[in-house]
Amino acid sequence: MIKTYTGITNIIGDIAEVYAKGISFGELAIITNPNGESTLAQVIRIDRDKVSLQVFAGTKGLSTRATVRFLNHPMQVKFTEQLLGRIFTGSGEPMDGKPPIENAQAIDIAGPSVNPVRRIIPRNFIETRIPMIDIFNPLVESQKLPIFSEAGEPFNELLARIGLQAKADIIILGGIGLKFDEYIFFRETFEQGGVMDRTVMFVHTAADPVVERLLVPDLALAVAEQFGIQGKRVLVLLTDMTAFADALKEISVAMEQVPSNLGFPGSLYSDLASRYEKAVDFQGAGSITTLAVTTMPGGDVTHPVPDNTGYITEGQYYLKNSMINPFGSLSRLKQLVIGKVTRKDHNAVMNAMIRLYARAIESQKKISMGFEKTPTDERYLRYGELFEKRFMDLRVDVPLNEALDNGWKTMAECFEPQEVGIQKNILDEFWPA
Amino acid sequence: MSDVSGTHGVVVGINGNMVTVEITAGKTVQNEVAFVQVGQERLKAEVIRIQGDIANMQVFEDTKGIMVGMNVDFTGELLSATLAPGLLGMIYDGLQNPLRLLENRQDFFLMRGQYVPSIDPEKKWEFHPEVSVGDTVKAGAWLGWVPEMHIKHRILAPLGILGSTTVESVVPGGAYSVHDTLVVLKNKRGDTVKVSMLQTWPVKKAIKAYRERLYPNELMITGCRIIDSMFPVGRGGTACIPGPFGAGKTVLQQLLSRYAAADIIIVVACGERAGEVVETIYEFPELKDPRTGGSLMDRTIIICNTSSMPVAAREASIYTGITIAEYYREMGLDVLVLADSTSRWAQALREMSGRLEEIPGEEAFPAYLESRVANLYERAGLVRLHSGKTGAVTMIGTVSPAGGNFEEPVTQATLKVVGAFHGLSRKRSDERKYPAIDPLDSWSLYTEHLKDDLNAQLDPHWVEMLQYIASALRRSAEIGRMMTVVGEEGISIDDLSLYLKGDMFDAAYLQQNAFNDVDASTPIERQVRDLKLMHKALTTAFHFDDKPGARKFFASLQDAFYQKNYCPMGSSEYLDYERKIEEMIASGDQS
Repeated sequence: MIKTYTGITNIIGDIAEVYAKGISFGELAIITNPNGESTLAQVIRIDRDKVSLQVFAGTKGLSTRATVRFLNHPMQVKFTEQLLGRIFTGSGEPMDGKPPIENAQAIDIAGPSVNPVRRIIPRNFIETRIPMIDIFNPLVESQKLPIFSEAGEPFNELLARIGLQAKADIIILGGIGLKFDEYIFFRETFEQGGVMDRTVMFVHTAADPVVERLLVPDLALAVAEQFGIQGKRVLVLLTDMTAFADALKEISVAMEQVPSNLGFPGSLYSDLASRYEKAVDFQGAGSITTLAVTTMPGGDVTHPVPDNTGYITEGQYYLKNSMINPFGSLSRLKQLVIGKVTRKDHNAVMNAMIRLYARAIESQKKISMGFEKTPTDERYLRYGELFEKRFMDLRVDVPLNEALDNGWKTMAECFEPQEVGIQKNILDEFWPA
Repeated sequence: MSDVSGTHGVVVGINGNMVTVEITAGKTVQNEVAFVQVGQERLKAEVIRIQGDIANMQVFEDTKGIMVGMNVDFTGELLSATLAPGLLGMIYDGLQNPLRLLENRQDFFLMRGQYVPSIDPEKKWEFHPEVSVGDTVKAGAWLGWVPEMHIKHRILAPLGILGSTTVESVVPGGAYSVHDTLVVLKNKRGDTVKVSMLQTWPVKKAIKAYRERLYPNELMITGCRIIDSMFPVGRGGTACIPGPFGAGKTVLQQLLSRYAAADIIIVVACGERAGEVVETIYEFPELKDPRTGGSLMDRTIIICNTSSMPVAAREASIYTGITIAEYYREMGLDVLVLADSTSRWAQALREMSGRLEEIPGEEAFPAYLESRVANLYERAGLVRLHSGKTGAVTMIGTVSPAGGNFEEPVTQATLKVVGAFHGLSRKRSDERKYPAIDPLDSWSLYTEHLKDDLNAQLDPHWVEMLQYIASALRRSAEIGRMMTVVGEEGISIDDLSLYLKGDMFDAAYLQQNAFNDVDASTPIERQVRDLKLMHKALTTAFHFDDKPGARKFFASLQDAFYQKNYCPMGSSEYLDYERKIEEMIASGDQS
């Protein structure tokens, strides 16, 4: 039964309120203005017969005489192989000029979470040919990792490069508040990289209504989940999750919720987690790996969005001055692959090189404060320079084993073996003669 | 599924996971469990506020599809844990549904409205009676036992009975299932109580069927050197591990769950990543428990409410965990509860408080946050049972402070009630100094309180050595700070030597490689032996001609200590390194 009501009583922010009966929580509705324009909306609160709707296209120009038609089901996405190569908006409409998807199974978005006992321990290393990732914080299949970045850093370039080099079966891009030229950049990069035929894009541009932002991750992940169940290895790229969180803030303020921190709702952690936790390695099926850009307002990692994200995700890549910073970055799953599917000296090289680089930074600081340079300092300074050039520069594009060899070479050029803090049996085997 | 109390209501409002219900018949009880009927699905919920005929309930499931007018059945029972043999080795969700059994019914996903008995009702257990007709017993008394994994699972007299009761009848030893009546008790008023292996207990109420609480008198050995030696946790004590993300909370928790010397470990994965639980689920059955010879999973219970599961069940999960711990404590066992993370639990309280439109406290946490945190940690403790035996619940909770700032409300509320603080530092984890417990900020009340016990149990000079080392570390850090201002040339050679000693202790004792089989866990006997040698090196006054000479000497000494950590205690390499270190100390000793 389709229920249609005329007349909206309250409009606050992007929330419209209507008196209606027999409505279920989370249900979808179509609101049609007297001028014929229509938009989707979702039920986000019910108080007896007063129903609050979150209006996807925003409430600008919405008339109190609009009609509201309830659809009896929550937000869904059509799932079929035909999605591949296609581009959709944040409410799931085609934006590539091709016809809408017909005759396909409708999937509820934001579905239940995976039973932990049906997950398996991630075990596949994804080589990106970026040494700062491959050696120091390797990406593992089914991992969820954000790229923490300030505005102006080449985060979308990095995201696209990983997307192209990671060899996934399916790539799903969720663009949230993208600038138009960023959208074009992704489309062209993927077309030129020859991966568009195994890519699905859900794109919300900065010019689109803010509520649609909230749907992009859910649409992208619902589609990813279906491909994953079919046995595909899916890579989901989301950019920018801070824009998503800002949309959450706007809606919660309009709903008069008590804000917890900088205006964000108290549920921010759970809201972000329910999206990131969709990353999974299914027992007996495929996987979902999620890489998401999180821009840090003012470069502040303690801002609620990067802060909550960091607690949810399995590490982060910290992009600073166009380099992946080794100190802030972390891959929590790295121990599952390091030395197990990668070379046995990997762990030792990784730890020693970072420790030595930390020491090099100390020496740099000391010298810049005008202190005397000891011979020890000089060796560390030399090491620091080589490290930045051979490893941190984002242009370096080498496979893991070559990067590890470069690591031994660099350490041997600067230090004696007993100075690097590596277990003896590994030193004996790998220290360059 | 629970019975229905005869109280009914209808849904009149839905806001996120909070449902407002108008009571149409019967009475309501605060915190009782009710079910919302959504088509074929029954969704479990808990009453959290009553105002006249209106009850607010938090729903433990996704609330999508709930409509105004839907029926609600109240059970009259508080949210309870099921306690019986068969808990060990289980993986439960926050409401104690066995996840492995849900797996059979569903596919990859956790569909809502599915509730499965926590304990297998069919399985037979070999019952050995320990009471006879005519015996007088109190709540929590041992009526008999059944073998469960490596332990004697005691069948307890119901934890809720008041005063003394008399045993009316006991079944002979043999195989029974958990619902069979084993013992009949009769109280002074002449009422009889049938006792089976299974009982339930409301999770938000502490089990107090013991004679008295005691102050801890020994350590909960974790195998982590910086904890056991520097900032120990008493058996029956409490500790918290706050730290910014990425500082190694999770790895540390996993190490504790693996190596801590407790009879039973209860891991409460509260609002954290599912992936972490998965590692435990797959690895523990494969790992051998050196204490029992069985697998690690045999002594482990996992309560798992990961971050994407419904938030109300997250609040329940910690209570479920601690209730099961208290139950095993009644059997005279030593239980360790690891709650990761209590901040997510506090956030669940905050979300619900917001929906109830309560006046918010600091950072929008409810005003009752502190008392709830205190209540939770106070449920840990060493107790003397009525039988005179002791049992302990030790609780270690992680805290995930927003922005890594320890000033925030959850960390502060926790610090007031715990006995040890293991503060993780971002700086140390950035430098890959693991475990990243800050040796200058952290503290433990147990070293001082257990001074005599420790000196008697470990080494006559144990506490004295630790005090010396702690002050040496502080001095070393001061010199380090001074060096950042005046440079290495600005300090004396003796100060440099003190600085390097602190550095050496940090690198070769406090830091530990979690991924090396030998170094990951250090038994307490080895900690005593290694620390004594380290103490000798730290107290020796070395003389050097120049600073590079001092650096070179300590680099070699540190390397010898460091390499020794990777050798099994007593092995020939280990003894070689010990000898080498002794020689170096002797050669440099100028006193």
